Amino acid sequence: MEIVYVYVKKRSEFGRQCNFSDRAAEVNVDILPDAVQAMNFIEKDPIDTAVQCASDMSEHEVNTERFEMETRGINHVEGGWPKDVNPQEMEQTIRFRKKVEKDENYINVITQLGSLMDHCIKQNNAINIYEEYFEEEEAAGITDEPPSAKTISVFRDPNLEKRTATHLSWHPDRSRKLAVAYSNLEFQRSSKDISYDSYIWDLETPNKPEIVIRPSSPLVCLEYNPKDSHILIGGCYNGQIAYWDTRKGSLPVELTMVELGHRDPVYNVIWLQSKTGTDCFSGSTDGQVLWWDIRKLSEPTETLVMDISRKGILENALGAIALEYEPTMPTKFMVGTEQGVVISCNRKAKTPAEKIVCTYSGHHGPIYSLSRNPFYPKNFLTVGDWTARIWSEESKESSIMWTKYHMSYLTDGCWSTTRPAVFFTTKMDGTLDVWDFLFKQNNPTLNLKVCDDPLFSLRLQDNGRFIGCGSKLGTVTLLEVSSGLCTLQRNEKNLASAMFERETKREKILEARHREMRLKERTKTEGKEEEVKEEPEEEKPEEVLARVQKEFFDVIENELKRRERGRAKSVVGQERELDEDDDEIILPKEEEEEREKEREKERETTAQTRREERIF
Amino acid sequence: MAEVEETLKRIQAHKGVIGTIVVNAEGIPIRTTLDNSTTVQYAGLLHQLTMKAKSTVRDIDPQNDLTFLRIRSKKHEIMVAPDKEYLLIVIQNPCE
Repeated sequence: MEIVYVYVKKRSEFGRQCNFSDRAAEVNVDILPDAVQAMNFIEKDPIDTAVQCASDMSEHEVNTERFEMETRGINHVEGGWPKDVNPQEMEQTIRFRKKVEKDENYINVITQLGSLMDHCIKQNNAINIYEEYFEEEEAAGITDEPPSAKTISVFRDPNLEKRTATHLSWHPDRSRKLAVAYSNLEFQRSSKDISYDSYIWDLETPNKPEIVIRPSSPLVCLEYNPKDSHILIGGCYNGQIAYWDTRKGSLPVELTMVELGHRDPVYNVIWLQSKTGTDCFSGSTDGQVLWWDIRKLSEPTETLVMDISRKGILENALGAIALEYEPTMPTKFMVGTEQGVVISCNRKAKTPAEKIVCTYSGHHGPIYSLSRNPFYPKNFLTVGDWTARIWSEESKESSIMWTKYHMSYLTDGCWSTTRPAVFFTTKMDGTLDVWDFLFKQNNPTLNLKVCDDPLFSLRLQDNGRFIGCGSKLGTVTLLEVSSGLCTLQRNEKNLASAMFERETKREKILEARHREMRLKERTKTEGKEEEVKEEPEEEKPEEVLARVQKEFFDVIENELKRRERGRAKSVVGQERELDEDDDEIILPKEEEEEREKEREKERETTAQTRREERIF
Repeated sequence: MAEVEETLKRIQAHKGVIGTIVVNAEGIPIRTTLDNSTTVQYAGLLHQLTMKAKSTVRDIDPQNDLTFLRIRSKKHEIMVAPDKEYLLIVIQNPCE
């Protein structure tokens, strides 16, 4: 069934032309103000109005198109040989050459060309027409520019769930590549489906990693073999050690057994100087340092327990975080521990106890970085808590130079490879500090905000110009420092060496004085100590608490006063540091007598406070 | 034969001479004092460059011809003595 409606409209009723014409204005409606309504309103006087005189500005940004780089290869073959000669066949090519050499024409031509060449060589050797006479003067003029650094590129962890860039290693030959180990070091915080992969980046292609390294557990450290750049060694979060050959793909070639490796994350692996180039050693917070040969990773070749009481008990061992090994001193190595102690060891000692040579303590927290000065290996840099310290091997009680206490933790540090007086440190607030202690001692020469999240690792390229900084969220920033910071300054080596020697000497004098003072004190206090000992046991716990609290604040107040006085008199650039044992400050001579009286009082209080601590 | 040997030995004995290569008209190295891969690279590239230089000189003036080619670089000087059939290439470090 079909329903049809028909609408009909005449043509004259639609589409008519408009016919406009002028007419006078007329009022359609006029609403008068309502007095009752007006009562509800208040007149505003004066009225605030903003007037803008300057022209309006707006911000726009445009992103330029990304420049994609790609590496491609072409295989060239030797050409030009006659058809019947195969260039791959040694015999055929030799025969061909012999034939040419017997040719009469060849002999004539070569003797003729030879005499021509002879003439030119002699010309070159007679006088160098391109000789530069004023090379040195120009070079010296450039060094006045202020130190600076600029970001070259940024490598981001491609995974959605970011991990910390825990360790960086530069390709040993051309330094065009950077191996980065990624892992989440926060205890039991990493989720189940977090990626385990670490990457090797090509500096030209920051968008895509060149090689993916697939370990069985996240890598905490990854290190290129200096002798064979295809081989990398890595330390895993679960304590295993594994090695990769980049020619053989992403999976490890071999890895250690879980039960024979470390029991904690492997914080550092270093290749040893050896003929085969296959030996390395690793340190972990479980307190062991293990030696390995990658040809036989089934078990460690040697083990050393970081027990500084020299008994070799694993329970008492200090956890190793930083390792230091200098190829020019192949039997020695140093370990920076979680407890803030640096242990100097000798691998070739006869008994395990003798292998631990001595310790250096001064940090209040884990030592995250430990490195010898490349020019004066007797001096080394440690980074931990809020300071970076420079030590001399000779001065075991205290470091010879140190930075002030920063507001945020320091996370890593390293020496410049080209300048003996320059070192770099990274901090939790995302800044990189460049120190030049010949130029400024109390503040960094250059302070650079690299990124917003905490920096975690740092590695300098061998030419001293490029620095890689790894952050907590897996971003690796590549920086280039200005040429002033990576070229050796005039007379710098001598100045740096003199500085090291002077500070070592100063520290030795202070050490001797300190010992003398302590000895004097001990003989004086011995009588008094016994009287004081009896008292505290009779008090009630509440009284003890109140008294201790009071004493504690007294001590702090005294300390603050003294510090103020000390600051006024202390030498510029050298920040005096609290001595951990006695809560004393090393003061200049004039204050000695005054101090002596105060000490009498204070000694009693501190002796008591200590005892209280033990009771609780 | 002996004359050639003597000539090449004399050239190689000069101060600063790093290597001597003899290349034929097709760019194949006949004699060399360098290792194989370096030689092949030098021979191939310098043969092309010399041919191009030769044709440039001839294009400018048909009566002219290339007699010698010196390439001064940051590290050393490459000298090429051309001939119809062969090229003699010497790499020298002149400012030793």
